[in-house]
This record gives sequence, C-alpha cells and structure tokens, in this order.
Amino acid sequence: MNFHAIKAIYRFEMARTGRTLFQSIVSPVLSTSLYFVVFGAAIGSRIDEVDGVSYGAFIVPGLIMLSLLTQSVSNASFGIYFPRFTGTIYEVLSAPISYLEIVIAYVGAAATKSLLVGLIILATAHLFVPLDIQHPVWMLLFLILTAVTFALLGFILGIWADNFEKLQFVPLLVVTPLAFLGGSFYSINMLPPFWQTVTLFNPVVYLISGFRWSFYGQADVSIGLSVFMTFLFLVICLAVISWIFKTGWRLRA
Amino acid sequence: MSPILKISNLSKTYDTGFHALKGIDLEIKRGELFALLGPNGAGKTTLISIICGIVNASGGTVTVDGHDIARDFRAARAEIGLVPQELTTDSFETVWATVNFSRGLFGKPKNHAIVEKVLKDLSLWDKRNNKLITLSGGMKRRVLIAKALAHEPRLLFLDEPTAGVDVELRRDMWRVVRRLQETGVTIILTTHYIEEAEDLADRVGVINGGEIILVEDKIELMRKLGRKQLILHLSEPLEAVPETLAERGLELGQNGETLVYTYDTQAERTGITTLLKDLHAAGIRFRDLQTRQSSLEDIFVNLVKAPS
Repeated sequence: MNFHAIKAIYRFEMARTGRTLFQSIVSPVLSTSLYFVVFGAAIGSRIDEVDGVSYGAFIVPGLIMLSLLTQSVSNASFGIYFPRFTGTIYEVLSAPISYLEIVIAYVGAAATKSLLVGLIILATAHLFVPLDIQHPVWMLLFLILTAVTFALLGFILGIWADNFEKLQFVPLLVVTPLAFLGGSFYSINMLPPFWQTVTLFNPVVYLISGFRWSFYGQADVSIGLSVFMTFLFLVICLAVISWIFKTGWRLRA
Repeated sequence: MSPILKISNLSKTYDTGFHALKGIDLEIKRGELFALLGPNGAGKTTLISIICGIVNASGGTVTVDGHDIARDFRAARAEIGLVPQELTTDSFETVWATVNFSRGLFGKPKNHAIVEKVLKDLSLWDKRNNKLITLSGGMKRRVLIAKALAHEPRLLFLDEPTAGVDVELRRDMWRVVRRLQETGVTIILTTHYIEEAEDLADRVGVINGGEIILVEDKIELMRKLGRKQLILHLSEPLEAVPETLAERGLELGQNGETLVYTYDTQAERTGITTLLKDLHAAGIRFRDLQTRQSSLEDIFVNLVKAPS
C-alpha cells in the first residue's frame, strides 16, 4: 500500500476545499439555511406535525441528505475530472500507485468534504429547530455510507464526463430531483397510493427514510431495507469502478 | 552492466486502428543521455507514455532496472521521472506544495531538504511560495522538472523540454540537463531541435513511422553518415564545370562563383591534392576556401526522407 501517495492526494484535495471555502462549505450551508427559513419557518408553521415530529424538524434529515448527495457527487466528480481536463492526471497515472489507492484517496477526500458539510448543516439546523437524535451511531453510519457511495458515483461521473456540462448533468438533473422526490420534504405516506408505489423505485427514498429513522425512529420503509439498498448501491458503484480500472476506460489509451 | 531500460518488441495499436509503434527494441545504458529524434507523429510520445504507465501497450515488454512495467509497476515507476511535453500544472498550487505533492505521490516520505535542493538546483527556490499561475512558461517548465525529480528517480524522461522556450532559457535548460547527468541520472530526451541532441546526447535514436530506424553513438553517427564538403570561392565566375574536371563530381554554386567538392573523410584518399593541381592546370583561380561538415540535422533529414 502506497500510504504516502494516498496521503498526498487526500491532502491535495482537502487543500482545494480550503482554497474554495465559499463554494465548498459556505454555499451549501447558506442554501440549507434558506430552506429552513422558507420551508421550516414560513410554510412549515402552517403544516401540522408529520409522524409526530414538527415539520421544521422533520425536514432536517432530508435536507442533510440533499446536500450530502449533491456534494459527494460534485466533489468527487470534479476532483478526478479536473486533472483530466488540465492534463495533470499524467502524474497520477505514472506514479507507483494502484487503482484502489487512487479511489481511496479521491473518494475519501470527497466523502470527507461532504461529511463536513453534512455535519455543519446539522449544527446549523440545531439553531433553527430542537433536535433529538435517537440513534446517533446509525445516523453517523448512514451519513458515512451515503457520502462514500455517492462519492464513488461522482468518481465514475468524473471519469465518464468529457466536458463541464456532463459534469453538472448528474448532480443537477438526476441527483437533485431524486432527492426532492425521495421524501426530503414530505413523508411518502402523504402521497396518493399510485405515487407511493412509483416513489419506491427512487433509490434515494431508502437513504432518506433510513437516515430519518436514525433521528426520530420513524421511517417510510423498513430500516433493514434501507441499509440493504444503501449497500447494494455501494456494491454497484464499486463494480463499475473496478471495471473502469480493469479496462483503463477513459484513463489509459 | 545491465541496461537501465530494456524494451523488447513493443507495439501499440490505438482503438482508431492507428499503428503507433511497430515492434520497438531498444536498450538504454545506465547514466547516458539518449536523444530520441523523430518527426511529428513518429511515436516518440507514445513510446514514453507506455514506459511511464500512461498508455497501455498492445504487445511486447518493458523493464526498468529489471522490473517489468506491468507486473512490477510499483518498483518500475518509482525509478522513473517524467517531464511531459505540455505545460500541465495546477495553477493555484504553490511551487513548494506541488513539488512536495509529487514526492508523496511517488511513495516517498516527506523530506524538505531534498525538495529544497531540487528547487535550488533549478533556480526555483526564490519562487517556492509563488502560485504556478504567476510563473512564466520557462519557470513552469522548471517546475515540471522539479516535480519529476522530487522522488529522486534514476531514469528521467524529458519530452521536448525546450519546445517554445527562448534561446537563452534553452541553453539554461541544457546546463540543468548536463548537471543532472553528472549526478548519475539516466536521461532520455526527445526533441525537435537537433542541435540540442547534437550538443547534449551520448547516443542518438531515430524513430519514424513507429519504428526505430537507427540507434548510434552520436560521434560515430556523425562520422559514419556525415559528409564533408570543400567550397572554393572563385576569382572569376564559371559558366560550367570544365570538361577536364567533369569526373570529379564538382558542383557549381552561387551563380558560378563557387565550386563545391564533396569527399569522404574516411577514404584513404580524399582527392583534394589532385583536385587543387587540376584546378591550377585548368587555370581556375580561387580567392578563398572553406570546408563544411554535415550536421546531425542533415543526417536526420536524410534518414527520415529515405524510404524505411
């Protein structure tokens, strides 16, 4: 294991976060605070409790997930796409470093950044609504698993993309709509039966439901199914990445 | 002594069907400076990219210091430093950060003393806290060299290091390259400037159409393939070479003001003495004379022009 290389890439990526503090940390925190003001305070005050939880508190896990998913995908995709775009990827490809180490370093850094954002949003949410986390260990586990899984997805995206438009395509047009429609702002039990069934095809439902369970002990789907679906998605991403590295697709001619 | 780099029957066909390398065999001696010459698209960068692990080979083997680049890639790549052709740098990093990053990436623990020495050797020490975006093209090229040297490689690839660099900086770069060679680093240099190879290289390889068409000691190459010419500046211009001198293969140049005689320096007799006697007998007088030896450039142009 080339630990020095993993450390070098990880630190390089984290240093980039420091340089782009506004884009990396301040911007997601600000937008989440706006969600709280609009949905929690303005509209939420007119909505009854959902599953026995005040609406303002109910949306906290969904909002954290929304940021976690988009941040994980964006961070990881940008992290690997940018050196491909500028050409500096030559150095990583010519270094004595295995594919596994490359993934650990880039995905690890991207996941760390989105975890930080997630935790900062959690702290911010605490300023707006009282929070009582019933299963903190599960909460952290879900947070880490989701961050890693979506950072892996972002890594795949960063290798697939050959322009900046494609890089933006998945976080904006796939992940964000799925998170919005995955029960970030409502319980899927509030939907008509037909749409409840349709919603179950959205993988993000299982992540948000599981994550919300860790807060309030309430879930749209069983916690076992949430954990299974999260792991399934993780395994699929890992399988795609191992195929990419085996074939050198878009990395080595 | 075993070669530091051994390439056997290396081939590369890209997905497009382009046959970039066709069975390359090449050995590089330890400590030498090898210049790889070839026209655009000859396969120079593909060859370097395969050795460094950036492009996958279609066939053949490469070993670096006995380590196979595919089976034992960690050991092989740890010995190699690469300075790419393009000026690709992370614009917002500082010189110090980017060179330390390269050292870590190649599996070496932090060592500020070594990085400091590399930066000082390349006259980059004063710029260590500058962001790369603020540096000139020549300085960026030096940073790329520093990055390639940060992990103390034994084999350094310089892929057209002086492309687009002004004359003064180019000569400066040559001094850097010579100093590196003195420290025992083996250097493989690709270049478009043949004078660069002529000035720096111990051996020269010529690649054309994906094949190595020649590998030779530079001095030997220039001796073997080089031609020498005697140019006589005439007192009176001639309209044609006199018939009595026709057999000597003389050429008239500059509107009949010069006579050019090409001869083989390796031959037992160059024919210069009898030529001068014959010229005197024919009443041809000259006011000056000079000799000219063909450069590596002439040799290179002739080699790649010839059907291989």
